[in-house]
Amino acid sequence: MASISPYGKRFISYLRREQIRKLLATKYRIDGRGPDQIRDVEIKTGVVKTADGSAEVRLGKTHVVAGVKVGLGQPFPDAPDEGVLVVNAEVLPHASPYTEVGPPDESAIELARVVDRGIRHCGYVDFKKLAVEGGKAYVLWIDLYVINDDGNLVDAANLASVAALKNTQLPTAVKDDAGAVKLDRNNRSPLPVEAAKAPVAVSVGKIGNVLFLDPTFEEELSLDGRITFTFSEDRIVAAQKTLGSFTQAELETALNLAQKGREKFLETLKSVI
Amino acid sequence: MKKPPVPLLQNGVRADGRAPDQMREVKISVGVVSNADGSAMVSYGTTTAVAAVYGPREMHPRHLSLPDRGVMRVRYHMAPFSTKDERKSPTPSRREIEISKVLREALEPAIVLEQYPRSRIDVFVEILQADGSTRVASLTAASLALADAGIYMRDLVIGVSVGLVDGTVVLDLNGLEDQYGEGDLPVGYMPNLKRFTLLQLDGAWTREAFLQALNLAVRGAEYVYQIARDALKTKYMSIAEEIYGR
Amino acid sequence: MYFVTPRQLIFPGDVIATTDSKVEGPVYVDNGRYRSLVVGLVEFREDGVVVVPLEGTYKPKKGDVVVGYVTDVLATGWEIDVRSFMPAYLPVSEALHRHVDLETTPLTTFLNVGDVVIAKVKDVDLTDEYPIILTLKEERVGKVESGTVVEITPVKVPRLIGKRGSMLNTLMEVGCDIIVGQNGRVWIRCRDTRDEVFLATLVRKIEAESHVMGLTDRIRAEVEKYKTQRQQGAV
Repeated sequence: MASISPYGKRFISYLRREQIRKLLATKYRIDGRGPDQIRDVEIKTGVVKTADGSAEVRLGKTHVVAGVKVGLGQPFPDAPDEGVLVVNAEVLPHASPYTEVGPPDESAIELARVVDRGIRHCGYVDFKKLAVEGGKAYVLWIDLYVINDDGNLVDAANLASVAALKNTQLPTAVKDDAGAVKLDRNNRSPLPVEAAKAPVAVSVGKIGNVLFLDPTFEEELSLDGRITFTFSEDRIVAAQKTLGSFTQAELETALNLAQKGREKFLETLKSVI
Repeated sequence: MKKPPVPLLQNGVRADGRAPDQMREVKISVGVVSNADGSAMVSYGTTTAVAAVYGPREMHPRHLSLPDRGVMRVRYHMAPFSTKDERKSPTPSRREIEISKVLREALEPAIVLEQYPRSRIDVFVEILQADGSTRVASLTAASLALADAGIYMRDLVIGVSVGLVDGTVVLDLNGLEDQYGEGDLPVGYMPNLKRFTLLQLDGAWTREAFLQALNLAVRGAEYVYQIARDALKTKYMSIAEEIYGR
Repeated sequence: MYFVTPRQLIFPGDVIATTDSKVEGPVYVDNGRYRSLVVGLVEFREDGVVVVPLEGTYKPKKGDVVVGYVTDVLATGWEIDVRSFMPAYLPVSEALHRHVDLETTPLTTFLNVGDVVIAKVKDVDLTDEYPIILTLKEERVGKVESGTVVEITPVKVPRLIGKRGSMLNTLMEVGCDIIVGQNGRVWIRCRDTRDEVFLATLVRKIEAESHVMGLTDRIRAEVEKYKTQRQQGAV
């Protein structure tokens, strides 16, 4: 196991890259957006009937589905009175000409972990309410499936997870005749979530000196830098710089820009949660 | 948040006696793995990382190599005996996979990969003892090992962690503070070019605390950087005297 | 304008001078300043400042003499390990003086895996499939049938040769063939194997100890002592 520089696997022509760069210097992007504009966002919940909760997000042409499955399991040893969250992400072979068949690669693992960090501690889900008698706990499995990758997977995946959790109906934990605790899927109650605390992830890309929101797939291939901030209420609950390097001033500018982006995502999210 | 076994901060003093802006004892030595092209060992308190660099060398398989620049391979791994209490399974965990990626992306901006077309540069970091801030200690070790190997670098990259403990921004989290504190912000910084190449955040930070953390991180990185320079000097001063000892 | 002093030890990222100054060596430009790319020493020479790296792998240049090991036999040449980031290539046309019918004569007849060659770097072209091309069509190069090869770090090769060859000349007084490869490999061949062992020890001593002043004199003394002992048959 080692992380290997990914260059060479994804191709963008020099001309296209230069076109993106020059346009951006004039504060325009190839799809006509300004640097602080986000593509059209569409969120739908309850799209997977077999899941305990689900949502799909379309961010421009990026398409992500989140499915929640509730299980019963052992709590973590250092949090015996709390429910468990497990986030997994897969970028399906469908998603782009470059995605391979196989287990999640480092980018998919990173995606899952960044979404996980955003949700885990912000209080959107009160995990203390998910303990179950007999020393067990509810386990919330969030599986993120990227169906089409046109850039900015993490923002879309985060929205999908938040919406899917809101959509989740918890099967009631009951004791069967033998005294073992089981889940009754015919008897459900909504997973309690605090909408005001919904975590929102916002990615900022950098090409040259220009910072911009919501990069498309092609913009991602041309990036000099990239950082994602996740917000909940008045706090920053996660951050992940992936590509490149940033000065302190650039970090502050990126943070401000991300906060703007957050307002826009919240507008759409509010209608769902 | 879970309650720590001892108060983390009392009257401005941390559980291990440090002030909020104080690093643990930093020990750095270079050239510790004789077979490697470059190597370094870095300790922040008891957290210890050993980095070895092999390269530039031929890239196999060829189809993963690039005609105009080198490819980096970075592996971050924790020894099974490095963690307190339970043995850690040697199988690479999702955390180690993510950190390997994060470290690679923290080093690439500093390295002139165009100098090494069709080659690879391997960076292996092993954590021998873990007591918080392992990825940033690894980053410092890796960048020193790369400099020790003579790889062309625009700047060294120094890693430090900043955290939030009882609402106070603190420098260099130990294991206890990492586990029970309110926030964790590992950072990688190029001291001459003044740019961040690693930045992650976990917990719940106000905007002010975040900006304050950046300032503290820069100070911490500059402090560690001086120790790193001294470590390189110790190794190289004798070589410098060799070349001039005519 | 220079920001460094003679013989200063510098590190990656350190500022050396403004871009209107003359600076050579591994440096890059950032905002009108030259910065170092390596851990190195700053040397002030008549026409400008040079950054001398203190570590690094061998960087082949056209004209370098190198000592290499054959690592593979290919269709029309051989792959040679010269301790660089890529193996070097020796084409058949650069190895043999007469035309050879490759259909009937296998290349292994001339050079096989494990053979040692002293070669010259004919060309370095990073865009080529094999960036380093070697030739044996020069004086004092060719396949090596006997002797010893000692490896030192390539950075110390100038020290081993010495100012105007002074150190190397001293070593030559033992009466053996010595060829110092720019890639840090030194080939030594003597009529008496004990002389080879002695010279190998001296080469390693030069690599390890040259930070102490007066090394050339010390090495000269060792050589004199050895020559005397050998004459007296005491070795």
